[in-house]
Amino acid sequence: MRIQEHPILGEPQKGRLIEFTHDGNAMQGFEGEPIAVALRAAGVMAHRHTKKYDKPRGIFCAIGRCTDCVMVVNGKANVRTCITSLEEGMTVETQYGVSAKKPENVPENKSESMSEDMSEIMPENKPENIPEKEGTV
Amino acid sequence: MKRYDLIVVGAGPAGLSASIEAAKRGLKVVVFDENSKPGGQLFKQIHKFFGSKEHKAKIRGFKIGEELLLDAAEAGVEVVLNAIVIGLFEEKEVTVKIEDKIYHFKADSVIIATGASENMVTFDGWTLPGVIGAGAAQTMMNLHGIMPGKKILMLGSGNVGLVVSYQLLQAGCEVVAICDASPRVGGYGVHASKVARCGVPFYMSNTIIKAEGTECVTGVTIGEVDSTWKIIPGTEKHFDVDTICLAVGLSPMSQLANMAGCDMEDNPKKAGLVPIVDEYGETSVAGIFAAGDVSGIEEASSAMIEGRITGIAVAYRLGFIDKQELEDKAKELEVALLSLRQGMFAPENRGKKIDKTEEGCDISENLLKKGYIAEEEIVRFPGFTRSNGTHPVIECTQNIPCNPCQDACSKKCIKIGDNITSLPSIDETKICSGCGQCVASCSGQAIFLVNEEYEVGYASITMPYEFLPLPIIGDKGVALDRSGHEVCEAEVVSIKTAPVFDKTNLLTIKVPIEMVDKARFFSAKADHRNEVKNGK
Repeated sequence: MRIQEHPILGEPQKGRLIEFTHDGNAMQGFEGEPIAVALRAAGVMAHRHTKKYDKPRGIFCAIGRCTDCVMVVNGKANVRTCITSLEEGMTVETQYGVSAKKPENVPENKSESMSEDMSEIMPENKPENIPEKEGTV
Repeated sequence: MKRYDLIVVGAGPAGLSASIEAAKRGLKVVVFDENSKPGGQLFKQIHKFFGSKEHKAKIRGFKIGEELLLDAAEAGVEVVLNAIVIGLFEEKEVTVKIEDKIYHFKADSVIIATGASENMVTFDGWTLPGVIGAGAAQTMMNLHGIMPGKKILMLGSGNVGLVVSYQLLQAGCEVVAICDASPRVGGYGVHASKVARCGVPFYMSNTIIKAEGTECVTGVTIGEVDSTWKIIPGTEKHFDVDTICLAVGLSPMSQLANMAGCDMEDNPKKAGLVPIVDEYGETSVAGIFAAGDVSGIEEASSAMIEGRITGIAVAYRLGFIDKQELEDKAKELEVALLSLRQGMFAPENRGKKIDKTEEGCDISENLLKKGYIAEEEIVRFPGFTRSNGTHPVIECTQNIPCNPCQDACSKKCIKIGDNITSLPSIDETKICSGCGQCVASCSGQAIFLVNEEYEVGYASITMPYEFLPLPIIGDKGVALDRSGHEVCEAEVVSIKTAPVFDKTNLLTIKVPIEMVDKARFFSAKADHRNEVKNGK
């Protein structure tokens, strides 16, 4: 996904290659680039799941305006990953509602970005009090 | 509370231009911008700008951004980044959020240059990861060096949709289609043509029905709309894509002006709710000015001129210059601004269908419906001629404010005249040297050099080429026509690059003489070659 050489811009200028974790998995990215860019390069699409309906959200505006890409970074929720620079050793976690932990009262919505370990420790849930109609927000 | 002569909100083209003019005249100026880097959207704009010399035509947007930053530093403008202006109150008190604190500032004048935000449309699945704004695509590929996706559908055929589609191709992505609910391409025909000849199909009167996928986008279904914008059953078309890009217009970000109590108007010609301003950009609240997209959506070129006028007006208002200097400078800049607001795409023509050019030529209907000019249409435009030896063929068929091709030709083969929106025409009494300066200078990539006598039975066609890998002499591939369909085999006979061309390479291919009016692009791809061999 990374552009090696661009016909107009040449080679992208990047910081040094560093390690960080995404949902506990080791990943690499370039220091100083937005966290979201490192995740996109690694194929991570879903950054968070909405609180009510557990719907996935990812990069949308890429300029810090829409808040669709917020994640839990170094334990802090609601970090806009599209405008927050990647640092060595960061822990980046998928955000469910406003926490890194998947709440127990929502239906299972298998997440590609969720690690296997996470799904194993999650109890099987049946939908409760969830309206049929899906909201978009 | 810190005081300034002038506070500017937004470090984009309008805000920076305004602050440079004001600071040069002795004002103490600060610019607040919510982003971590100044320049607004200029650093994402990698295409050459339109206009004339005074509008920085044929210079790429990000280079203009670099120039503005240098000028701002030289003029002593203070730029504060990561600073979100959250309030504009009485007596020009400005509250700014920096990190987790709110700071208060005061100034004798305030210029609001907050720009615009992207419009969005909703459809089934629009919240899925993989549905992004066109601005996001530009940010990802042009600032951060990453493709937003591999296979992309673009919704919207305005200039943003067209320019970003081309940039996606340059970044190495596949654009499977451009669709638009409107029956006609909204942006410049030249932008549409350079995308169409790469093989991107246009689906006008089509919109997105559904984004498919559960965790992220895996496909999209579009369908044709009737005159009431309802989907016509049976017209659904599916594409496998991983990304859907939305380029459905911009709206002025005029909340601060509204908050400050400026008189506002909802004006469709300006694309939304804007503060009402006078000729110098001053709102109904004395000392509060607005410049750039916030007072009506236009191009960055216009925003820079508006910003300059406003910066000078503030200098006069605060007594730093006399009335004579204001009037002289403003008059000169207003002429430049006015020339950008001419032609078919002038703000006053927004939404209007124009049938004839200023010269009286019927416009290309095919261009509006499919994104490219039909072969039978191109012959009626003044840029299309036939002559002996190498000569330019200019496929510029809409009156847009742009004239670098005229200046580029040292042999004076190309004529536009004093009216910047006139279609370029060829002076057949002048002899083309084949230097290719016109090809590289055309921001719309609409100029080709054609030699019908290249070899017995063969013609050569020189075209602008801004892709990698760059073909080399002797490469064999296929020529594509204006619609991006393969028409014949082609061989690369020359490739020219030069600093003065600024990354627009000149690629010359040899094609059978009967293809001289058809071949407009080159592809070295193996699949294209096979299709020609199999007679597809």
